[in-house]
Amino acid sequence: MSTGLERDRVPVEVTEDDLEAIVGDRALARDDHLNAPGFVVRPDDVRDVLSDLKERAGFDHLSNLTAQQYEDRYESIYHLTKYADRTQEVSIVVPTPIDDPVSESAAPVFSTADWHEREAFDLVGIDYEGHPDPRRILLPETWQGHPLSKDYDQEKPQLVTLTDHANPIQPDHHDAESDTMFLNIGPHHPATHGVLHLETVLDGETVVDVDPDIGYLHRCEEQMCQNGTYRHQIMPYPDRWDYVSAGLLNEWAYARVAEDLADIEVPDYAQVIRTMGAELCRIASHMLALATFALDVYGDFTAIFQYGMRDREVVQDILEDLTGQRLMFNYFRLGGVAWDLPEPRDEFVAKTRDFLDELPAKVDEYHDLLTSNEIFQVRTHDTGIIEPDVAKDYGCTGPVARGSGIDYDLRRDDPYGYYDELEWDVVTEPGCDNYSRVLVRMQEVEESAKIIEQCLDLLEDWPEDEREIQANVPRTLKPDADTEVYRAVEGAKGELGIYIRADGTDKPARFKIRSPCFHNLSALPEMANGEYVPDLIASLGSLDIVLGEVDR
Amino acid sequence: MSSNNPRQQIHGSTAPSTDTRDSRIGEGPDDRFNSKLREAFGSTPFILTKFDKFMNWVRGNSMFMLQFGIACCSIEMMHTYAIKHDLDRFGAGVPRASPRQADVMIVPGTIVSKFGPRMKRVYDQMPEPKFVVGMGSCTISGGPFQEGYNVVKGAEEIIPVDIHVPGCPPRPEALVYGIAKLQERIRNGESSPVVVKPYELEEFGDLPQDELVQKLASEIDEEDLVMRYNWADSP
Ligand code: SF4
Repeated sequence: MSTGLERDRVPVEVTEDDLEAIVGDRALARDDHLNAPGFVVRPDDVRDVLSDLKERAGFDHLSNLTAQQYEDRYESIYHLTKYADRTQEVSIVVPTPIDDPVSESAAPVFSTADWHEREAFDLVGIDYEGHPDPRRILLPETWQGHPLSKDYDQEKPQLVTLTDHANPIQPDHHDAESDTMFLNIGPHHPATHGVLHLETVLDGETVVDVDPDIGYLHRCEEQMCQNGTYRHQIMPYPDRWDYVSAGLLNEWAYARVAEDLADIEVPDYAQVIRTMGAELCRIASHMLALATFALDVYGDFTAIFQYGMRDREVVQDILEDLTGQRLMFNYFRLGGVAWDLPEPRDEFVAKTRDFLDELPAKVDEYHDLLTSNEIFQVRTHDTGIIEPDVAKDYGCTGPVARGSGIDYDLRRDDPYGYYDELEWDVVTEPGCDNYSRVLVRMQEVEESAKIIEQCLDLLEDWPEDEREIQANVPRTLKPDADTEVYRAVEGAKGELGIYIRADGTDKPARFKIRSPCFHNLSALPEMANGEYVPDLIASLGSLDIVLGEVDR
Repeated sequence: MSSNNPRQQIHGSTAPSTDTRDSRIGEGPDDRFNSKLREAFGSTPFILTKFDKFMNWVRGNSMFMLQFGIACCSIEMMHTYAIKHDLDRFGAGVPRASPRQADVMIVPGTIVSKFGPRMKRVYDQMPEPKFVVGMGSCTISGGPFQEGYNVVKGAEEIIPVDIHVPGCPPRPEALVYGIAKLQERIRNGESSPVVVKPYELEEFGDLPQDELVQKLASEIDEEDLVMRYNWADSP
């Protein structure tokens, strides 16, 4: 399993001229974004252009697909980048006419385009020609209209059926060779971590096919953000995407994109606080991932689950001291953070240091209970395999990618905050299985602890009169019309990106969220088909999805 | 007393072990269940109460929660079950994975159109008497997502709710308080009236024939259960 490891960290630079040469005269025009050069191409050239960029320029990561409607046209934007060098980006813009929004599907080039294009069809209403599975994805099959299109009327009644899934009690499906059974897992099921529905086809105990049915928590996050003003009204929502205590990590995604859009410089002191807070969140989030994974694999509600909760409580206490809330922090502001460390400072620092001091012993405890436990190893080792190439094809990021040996972490590859000034390592494991993903999370907890430690040192020594927590940001932000930007940060589950298009008002015209869980979950069939049912559950647990972020 | 050294031999394994018994009961007859009150009753240790009252008391003190996570609030709900807050202390903490074994449903999160019918089904599967705690602003009004095109404006649009715990998310302490209040109500034999909710599961064939129904008629069977959301009528 070395395919993912032999990557060169010296990426081949592709200049804009090279890109122009590759796209050639298929480029109708340029439509540059703040983060990347953009090329406008015709709807029937999509597949060619994308595969050329993938093969000849190494753009192997379809990070996001944004669909939107303008007054006179629909537009799909493919945001491409590279696993080997995250700072190289290019956008492919595909306009389609308003009366005939049909565009070529990119699914044959990037598997991850499959779910993306379903979502674009569902919410915006663009058809993708040649798509392998053109169904709605987030909204029920019987939904009328496309809610993010311009002429959608939200007041219209809607019908939702209860019986659109085959009934498992009906006679099993037999054909000549096989004798399969259909099994619904979820949407109310303890192993699905919320409201996810897996339509599973079994042959004996082996999973033949699994189709994740999502959308049971689609709470219109993008619409909510498009209705909010940049300055203050959007920030509370990111907390609720990945609600497993990853609040500050998500807030950073919005802070980063909006600060780039409005050209705001964040003071260093605030960056250090942000970095510290974000890493505390990462620890809390990984603790829950471990706890629920143990719950999935062992059905263990008493020991490891409670250990995980115990440690989270400590982190949540610290975060509450810092931000004033246990879960929905709303602590970041554009240009900085809401307030300084709580007084008395040394008490806060001492409390956090205590936590860090106890952490190694706790991690050892987890290793004793979990990773060095034979039963656990048998259950997780060599199950839920996802090879690096496949993981890249599905746009997997975060611990899932790093558990397959893909050395990709935005904190290092596309630095933001204070990360590039600190000493820490990106953790990868070559195993590609459920076990590796657990190991990655456990080691990341230790790396995060290192980062927090260094941040605390910095904060303690920071001269008192230079503690600037917020830049000077105007009360109302109105970025210039037609500025577009796509930016991502390393959330707890992977690359969390946001695309914003400004239209000159104080609210975004389009706000698109690139959720890491959405991509990681789309790779589940690759991991679970051919495995036993319990391994399917373990694989699902090891992906560490949170439905708030999958469905948005 | 544990020891790291393996035991060399086993002593008296066939003899009935009385050590625990001795330490707990001591010499003489077993009078563990005797209390001062019982002594006061003397030779006729009976009290009389109404059976219903007794049953309500029992119910309130042994509640089985449905293991049911929807959204952000479920994280705080898990914390309420887990150590530190330990809801079990109040006789109300064992989460059951199956609705058929549960009698309290905490609704921890935002309910969206696709989930509404499923939640109703889960609620219907719980045996009577059953109670519902709405946790968080989302179950009260849709919370921060009230304006969303896909969000049900509160759990009470679909199922009756006994206790609302406000907050986004409510702190575990608040949830504990809400549960304690529910126990109090159960002990007093109160439960929320089952009024007709705006959104019910209906057979498709029974719906009034309007534009939407006619449009979907080719896709949905007459007997299929559907839930119809009249967004314009929602508060
Ligand atoms: S009330 Fe707040 S915390 Fe609870 S589910 Fe709704 S948005 Fe999440």
